[in-house]
Amino acid sequence: VKANVSSVLKATSVKCDLHRLEEGPPEKAELTRDQGLQYYRTMQTIRRMELKADQLYKQKIIRGFCHLYDGQEACAAGIEAGINPTDHLITAYRAHGYTYTRGVSVKEILAELTGRKGGVAKGKGGSMHMYAPCFYGGNGIVGAQVPLGAGIALACQYQGNNQLCVSLYGDGAANQGQLFEAYNMAALWKLPCIFICENNKYGMGTSVERAAASTDYYKRGDYIPGLRVDGMDVLCVREATKFAADHCRSGKGPIVMELQTYRYHGHSMSDPGVSYRTREEIQEVRSKSDPISMLKERMLSHNMASVEEFKEMDVEIRKEVEEAAQFATSDPEPPLDDLCNHIFYNNPPLEVRGTHPWAKLKSLS
Amino acid sequence: MGLIETELTESDPVWSAMDEELERDERVFLMVEEVAQYDGALQVSRGLWKKYGDKRISTLPFLRAGLRPICEFMTFNFSMQAIDQVINSAAKTYYMSAGLQPVPIVFRGPNGASAGVAAQHSQCFAAWYAHCPGLKVVSPWNSEDAKGLLKSAIREDNPVVFLENELMYGVPFEMSEESQSKDFTIPIGKAKVERPGDHVTVVSHSRLVGHCLDAAAVLAKEGIECEVINLRTIRPMDVESIEASVMKTNHLVTVEGGWPQFGVGAEICARIMEGPAFNYLDAPVTRVTGVDIPMPYAKILEDHSVPQIKDIIFSIKKTLNV
Repeated sequence: VKANVSSVLKATSVKCDLHRLEEGPPEKAELTRDQGLQYYRTMQTIRRMELKADQLYKQKIIRGFCHLYDGQEACAAGIEAGINPTDHLITAYRAHGYTYTRGVSVKEILAELTGRKGGVAKGKGGSMHMYAPCFYGGNGIVGAQVPLGAGIALACQYQGNNQLCVSLYGDGAANQGQLFEAYNMAALWKLPCIFICENNKYGMGTSVERAAASTDYYKRGDYIPGLRVDGMDVLCVREATKFAADHCRSGKGPIVMELQTYRYHGHSMSDPGVSYRTREEIQEVRSKSDPISMLKERMLSHNMASVEEFKEMDVEIRKEVEEAAQFATSDPEPPLDDLCNHIFYNNPPLEVRGTHPWAKLKSLS
Repeated sequence: MGLIETELTESDPVWSAMDEELERDERVFLMVEEVAQYDGALQVSRGLWKKYGDKRISTLPFLRAGLRPICEFMTFNFSMQAIDQVINSAAKTYYMSAGLQPVPIVFRGPNGASAGVAAQHSQCFAAWYAHCPGLKVVSPWNSEDAKGLLKSAIREDNPVVFLENELMYGVPFEMSEESQSKDFTIPIGKAKVERPGDHVTVVSHSRLVGHCLDAAAVLAKEGIECEVINLRTIRPMDVESIEASVMKTNHLVTVEGGWPQFGVGAEICARIMEGPAFNYLDAPVTRVTGVDIPMPYAKILEDHSVPQIKDIIFSIKKTLNV
C-alpha cells in the first residue's frame, strides 16, 4: 500500500428521491479502499463474464435464452454490499450478475449456460434457472418472482431470524397485477421485504413511457414508502439498500426501491437492441455513466488506488473468466441417467414414463 | 387451375391470414405483447402495425363489445397468467349467458417445446385447453394448415385457442395456388390424411406430423405402410377420421410432444375404446409422448425429452409386433 493512497473517501453524495419517508439514506457515503477494490472486482467480473457469455452465445455454445446484465452491475454489487449473506434474494431472468454476487462461481455459471454437468444446476436449468443458498433464481415468467419474494419475507418474519428478502423486478414487470397483490400483503403483515425495481428504461422493446401510466416506480407501492437512487452508482445503491434493510429489520414493514439503470445489450441475445433505442443513447450511457468506469475514476481521483492496481485486477479477472470458459466448453454434458431425477424431494425412487410405454425411466430424489 | 408452388414459412401464412382478415372485417383487431416497435417478439406480427395503425393493432386492453380480437401470446407459457380469462371469461360466457353473449376471440401464439428454452418456456398446452367445453383448440402443422385454419379461427364466432409452433416458423413448405387465395379456409374440426397406408394408423398434431411422415418413409422401405393423420384440430376432435382409418389398419399409434398423463393420446385411446373401431384393434393403442418431466436445458437431455423419429419407428414396430 502506497503511503499517499488514502483509505477512506468521505465525500460521496447520495442523491435520493423519497416517497412517504421523512428521511432517507445519509447524504454522504463512506468508501474505504478495500471496499472500493472489492466492488470494482465484483462489477468487472460480472462485466467480463457477461461479455464472455455473449461470445459463447454467438458461437452457438450457449443456446436458448440469454439475457445479459452488462451496464447494470452496480445494482447487483451495491445490493449485496447493503445486505447480509444470510439475507435472501430473488430476481427475474436477467440473473447472472446476482447468481455471482450470491456466491456462485463464474465457472459454475458459465458451465450452466453451456449446459454441462458442472453447471450450478447440473445443466438442467440453463440461463434463467440458477439457484444458490439464499438465492431463489432466476425466474422465467415476468413478475412471478415478486410474490415468491414476499413469501420468503413471510418465512423470515415467521421464523423471527431478523433476515429479510430482496425481491427484484424490472420496469416491465412493475405493471403486473401480482406485484400489487404482493405489495398489499407485505404492507398488511409488515413483511421484511425490499421490493426493488431495476428500471433500465425498456421492457423488452417497450420504453417506460409507452408502458406505464406512472413511471415513478418508487411510488407505485402507494402506501408503501419508497426511494429512488441512481442505479449506476454502486455507493448510492449500497446506501439505499442499507437504509431499506434497516427499515425492514426494525419491523416497519416493506419498502420499495427504484434503481435507475441501463442495459447495454438488447433484451436478450436475439434482440440487437437498436430498433427501439438509438446507438447514440447507448453510447452516451457508456461514456458518461458506466458504473465500473465511474467507480474507478472516483478512486483514482481521490488517490485510493493506482492505475496499475486496476490493470492487475483486470488481468486477473480476464484470466478467471477465460479459465471458467475453458471449463464450461470442455466439461461433459450431464449423463442421461440424470434426465428424470429431481422431480420430487424426499421421495422414494419412482418410475417415469419415457417417450413410449416401453421406456421406463428412473427418477431419484 | 395450376399449382403454383411457392415456399412460405408458417409465420408468413400466419401473417397473411391475419392481414387478409384484418382487411376483410373491420371488427377484427390484434392485441399483441411487444408489437409495433419490437415487431412482435417472434416477428410474426411484423409490419401489421405499420399497415393498420394503432387502432387495429395494439397492446391495449380490449373489452370492447362487438369486436373480434386476435390476442397474441408471446408463448402459451405466458397464457397461464391470463388463463382465468381464457377459461372463465371466454370459454364459458356464451353458456352462462344462455346464448346472449358470444365471444369471437382468437388466442394465438407458439406452443410446446422450442430449442434450449428450459422448463418454464417449453410446455405444451393442447391438453389443458382441449379439456374445456366452450373452447375450440386448433393445432396446425404446415403452412397451408396455418393459413387456412387461422382464417377459419378468426371467422369463427367462438373462442379459439390457436397453437402454433416456434420451430415451424422458419420451415418452408410448398403452398398450392388455391391456398394463396384470400378466401382459402380450412374447416375447424376436420383431420387430414397426409399419407395413406394399410398397416398402421399414426395420428399426430403440429410439428410431430413431420416426424411421423419421416418415420413412415423409413418404414416404407421395410414394407410397412403407415397411414399418417394430421389432426389439425384438437377440440372438437375428428374421431371419425381416426376410426375409419383404424377399421382399415387395425393398429393405432398416437404421437404428441406434450406430457403423457391426461393428454391428447390418452383422449384418443379413450374415444377409440368407446366407439366402433375398438373391435378392429389387433393390439393396444401405443402413445408416443414427451417424457414425463419438466423440460431440461442441456441439449443432450432436451433431445431425450421429446419423441425422436426413432422412437416413433420403434413404437410402430412394437405395435405391429415386428
